[in-house]
Amino acid sequence: MSRITARFAACTAENRPALVTYVMAGDPDLETAQAILDGLPAAGADVIELGMPFSDPMADGVAIQVAGHRALKSGQTMRRTLAMVENFRKKDAETPIVLMGYYNPIYIFGVADFIAAAKAAGVDGLIVVDLPAEEDEELCIPALEAGLNFIRLATPTTDERRLPAVLRNTSGFVYYVTMTGITGAAIKSRAAVGEAVRRIKHHTDLPVAVGFGIKTAEDAQVFGRDADGLAVGTVIVNAVAETLNDGKPTERTVTAVHDVVASLAAGARRARSAA
Amino acid sequence: MTLSGINSLRLGPDEHGRFGIYGGRFVAETLMPLILDLEKAYRDAKADPAFADEIKHLATHYTGRPSPLYFAERTSAHLGGAKVWLKREELNHTGSHKINNCLGQILLARRMGKTRIIAETGAGQHGVATATVCAKFDLPCVIFMGATDVERQWPNVLRMKMLGAEVRPVTAGAGTLKDAMNEALRDWVTNVDTTYYLIGTAAGPHPYPEMVRDFQSVIGAELKDQFLQAEGKLPDAVVACVGGGSNAIGTFHAFLDEPGVALYGAEAGGHGIDVDNGHAASMTGGRPGVLHGNRTYLLQDEDGQILEGPSISAGLDYPGVGPEHAFLHDAKRVTYAPITDKEALEAFQLLARMEGIIPALESAHGLAQVMKLAPTMGKDQSVVLCLSGRGDKDVESVGKHLGMDMIS
Ligand SMILES: Cc1ncc(COP(=O)(O)O)c(C=O)c1O
Repeated sequence: MSRITARFAACTAENRPALVTYVMAGDPDLETAQAILDGLPAAGADVIELGMPFSDPMADGVAIQVAGHRALKSGQTMRRTLAMVENFRKKDAETPIVLMGYYNPIYIFGVADFIAAAKAAGVDGLIVVDLPAEEDEELCIPALEAGLNFIRLATPTTDERRLPAVLRNTSGFVYYVTMTGITGAAIKSRAAVGEAVRRIKHHTDLPVAVGFGIKTAEDAQVFGRDADGLAVGTVIVNAVAETLNDGKPTERTVTAVHDVVASLAAGARRARSAA
Repeated sequence: MTLSGINSLRLGPDEHGRFGIYGGRFVAETLMPLILDLEKAYRDAKADPAFADEIKHLATHYTGRPSPLYFAERTSAHLGGAKVWLKREELNHTGSHKINNCLGQILLARRMGKTRIIAETGAGQHGVATATVCAKFDLPCVIFMGATDVERQWPNVLRMKMLGAEVRPVTAGAGTLKDAMNEALRDWVTNVDTTYYLIGTAAGPHPYPEMVRDFQSVIGAELKDQFLQAEGKLPDAVVACVGGGSNAIGTFHAFLDEPGVALYGAEAGGHGIDVDNGHAASMTGGRPGVLHGNRTYLLQDEDGQILEGPSISAGLDYPGVGPEHAFLHDAKRVTYAPITDKEALEAFQLLARMEGIIPALESAHGLAQVMKLAPTMGKDQSVVLCLSGRGDKDVESVGKHLGMDMIS
């Protein structure tokens, strides 16, 4: 059983959604990002998405765009991102880490080399925004063969006819994007999200996490009723941005991130307990 | 001799949208159903004679096609080698080849029932052409344009506004074409139900590179006929500038299987190809990667981060190039050569003085390539340049570069 599968099963056994937290590798600098990453499980994160910064994040809103640029400016590279996972794994053998980003930095690293390095570092899964099912030969199939989970996004435009193709090579969990839009935008219809989660669950036994637009503990509480996981990124990344002084981290930066995560985790725990 | 069948270079893309290893559909899942719909709509339109008729009618009565093929006599004599010919796309309505593509795509958007149009633009020529067809067909339109380009192509910003378009300056990155395309994609992913993304060059996810090429191929098809009429043979060389590559692929496509016709693409060499990150010549100075929906040659660092090279021309500073060009580069069918800002400025002035034609800075890159080529060719030979656009939009910034002021 992969770490991802085990963690979702454990959360389900506790009758709560898994909190999936997104942080940008190298933001605002390597040392601070490592401290943020290392403290996420204690703050309440069940699954970690570690963003691989990219110069042209077409599916991201401003918050994650600038987080990526801060990371790149501080000298973040793919090797450094993988080293962060390796360091994390020395202290935590159970919390799953999913690398999330865009294809080009992986392609340039070399697909086979990347898969081997990610495995060796202790990465559990990949989310690559610009690799739809039509391009599965590129990375998805070799990653699956190597034992990495490949988590695909399903969206409001993924209709009933297309869904099986999207789910075919998906593993670990399914990431349902709550809206047509970029990260950090507003969710248009809450009812539609619950409906979509049920529709996807009709087609797969995999856990379904929802993400894009979840911002508050209250959101976590509401969406956590239907979804197996809640993916949160923009507000976490904003906590970094808001505590910087002249682009440099302050003593509040790491704790501010962990406070946001703790608050979201509390909301997620209330999702199914409150009537 | 025209090649055909398996040896033809004109068969791409395959059903996965690939030209060799290039092209493809590297987009977020949200957009995937949309580009599959678009592909289907385009296949249907291509099979419908009424669609071709409508394009033909508009090309004749709205754009002013066919554009003339003009023998540039003084330029030829000045360069002292091959005869130089100009395919006059700058005479099209709106002043460049961009209108050819916009008319095709706007008709497609209408067939698909879309009610809102978005586009990216660099030099503003595609933005103007898009705003134009949107005015004509009464559709609201939003143009994304890098903030740097808004400044250096100001006349085109005014034109777009007068045509009723909303121009959104993009401040991310270097504020140029790449950033405008990112922002257009973000808008598209947000407004999937209503919006048609009218891409301005032969790049992006399948089917855009094929579709834009098809709409621009009228350039090369006309040119071939016109040259045959004038000279009774095919030209020895054909030259075009390459930004994303739409005027170039439109010009080259008719000649890909004519091995006797040498093909040259002029890339933006900026400050010079040896200057670190000082140019936007993606084929001379880049390597294959994935951006904006397709695999192609890209300017990037060793970690796969995209670089933005400078060019005096806002239409050529894109860090990538259409995938079919990447394929033709590897196949060595087309020679891609960098032209520096300085060379382009010289060419710009030469054409103005020799022929009374002020070219777009983009097209001036092509002319600079002709200036290198023609003197090495015989007087009985001919080279044709696709003069992709006129330079009205550039006179102010070229004037500044040349240190002209109001008095002297
Ligand atoms: C006159 C002109 N030529 C060429 C280009 C470059 O585009 P493409 O390479 O797609 O023809 C532009 C783009 O703005 C242009 O305005």
